[in-house]
Amino acid sequence: MTARVLIVGAGPAGMRAAQTLCTAGLRPTVVDEAARAGGQIYRRPPDGFIRAPEALYGPEAAKARALHDMFDRICADDALDYVPGASVVGFADGRAQVLQDGKLRYLPYDRLILATGAMDRVAPVPGWQSGGVYTLGAAQIALKAQGVALGRQIVLAGSGPLLTLVAWQLMRAGAGLAAVLDTSSMATQLRGLPGMLARPGLIWRGARMRAGLGRLYHAGAELQQIETDANGPVRFHWRDARGRAQVTPCDMVGLGWHLRAETHLADLAGISLAYSRQWAQWLPCADGMGRANEGRYLAGDGLQILGADGAEIAGRLAAIACLQDLNLPAPSPQNDLRAKARMERFAQGLARSFPWPAQMVRNTDDSTMVCRCEGISAAELRAGATLGGDEANRVKSMARVGMGRCQGRYCQLIAAELIAEKAAISAEAAGRLRGQAPARPVPVDAYLSDTDR
Amino acid sequence: MSAPAQGRVVRLAEAARAPVEFWFDGAPLRALQGDTVLTAILLSARALRDAEFGAETRAGFCLMGACQDCWVWPENGPRFRACSTLIEPGMRLQSQPPTAWTEKP
Repeated sequence: MTARVLIVGAGPAGMRAAQTLCTAGLRPTVVDEAARAGGQIYRRPPDGFIRAPEALYGPEAAKARALHDMFDRICADDALDYVPGASVVGFADGRAQVLQDGKLRYLPYDRLILATGAMDRVAPVPGWQSGGVYTLGAAQIALKAQGVALGRQIVLAGSGPLLTLVAWQLMRAGAGLAAVLDTSSMATQLRGLPGMLARPGLIWRGARMRAGLGRLYHAGAELQQIETDANGPVRFHWRDARGRAQVTPCDMVGLGWHLRAETHLADLAGISLAYSRQWAQWLPCADGMGRANEGRYLAGDGLQILGADGAEIAGRLAAIACLQDLNLPAPSPQNDLRAKARMERFAQGLARSFPWPAQMVRNTDDSTMVCRCEGISAAELRAGATLGGDEANRVKSMARVGMGRCQGRYCQLIAAELIAEKAAISAEAAGRLRGQAPARPVPVDAYLSDTDR
Repeated sequence: MSAPAQGRVVRLAEAARAPVEFWFDGAPLRALQGDTVLTAILLSARALRDAEFGAETRAGFCLMGACQDCWVWPENGPRFRACSTLIEPGMRLQSQPPTAWTEKP
């Protein structure tokens, strides 16, 4: 019997992994949450939208087109089982539990490739719990997949490549961009430059986008408050790099400090996670090919935040590792490994230039919300740490931080910094929230009608 | 009818699709085929729902299925994410859960 390989995620990593396995004669199953394959960066709009890939993906249009065409072709050839619009919510007994159309189904597998991508890494700014505050990724998705802006006067704040990219894309599309506030200073940004020289073309492109933003872009901004009324944001209060108080009227705010790997399924699959100081977050443990443990592999931003190009490479590598472990003929990984090393040098530079603002998070005022889902303030979290001890899972049970709808995706790293600050320990020592199934909220009806369990 | 000037979302492109009529909190609204429920509602409204644990409103956050901030309710049936569900003609949606589902009076 040929091995049943389950790939979770149909972004650049999952698509390339599928292609590599199909070429080797396997018939993988690909489960993806989106209605159409592409992932986030190469997300495709619904049917009926007419903008060309050049308008949607800019300089990456050719790569997007190649990936989409390739995946459409292997689907048309019936070379794989493609399950769109479905979420893997857990694993047990060699099966993945999948939520689709409000019902649970089970997919047995022999080997698992997780290509679950990443999400925006956010830090709390007073007022960020208001409607009308989004992630940077949300602003980009709205523009790309819907052709809309999420407001008329937009302030984007945070740090990382997405900040400049989204701002430039919004501006080019005619959106009302009011300010772009980068918490990383120019001096800090220059520190990562040597590493980023591994991909000079990307630096050049980023610099040109940055130049296009002109005086809207501010490096070294200190974020103070998103002033809101009943309708959402009205003004962004901040200080510029010279310490001068600034107020920018706005009706929408986008926040993001680079990315956070989506690791929930890796955790549920029994893969170890370790804190990465470079990335200031917990990442799955795997070898250079993406091999984690018996029959489990990872690829893409859910393993290592290398971006879309790195994800294509990592997708191929994970599939090659899988083929090797099955004792099947596999392509040579050498070129991909070399290319990945260059991506890693670049990514290290990026991480240095656009760091997670740990000190800003640690200084969060008591009255500021740190958990948007449950409405938990920094004071309540700190009180929870007093009661429960300086450990993230204890603080979760005391203060409900991480117990809401997002399951700690957005507050986990914030909570770790606050606990660390209070106890004078590292964020790593504050601990990682243990992942709990299901990885997405599942309607109780789906469990009640689940006869296959 | 829809009052686009009041909405949160601004359409910048792709305006030539077929119109779709639907209801939100009892009011008839218009969107375009291919709009997500989030886009469709926020073209005319400032929020999707109220926060459970605060005075503020909610209008979605991540738009990629990670945060679960954008749940809305059909008049009959289970809640769903507005960011990843396409609007359909005649949908009857509401910002509040059906009363029978909540413990609130």
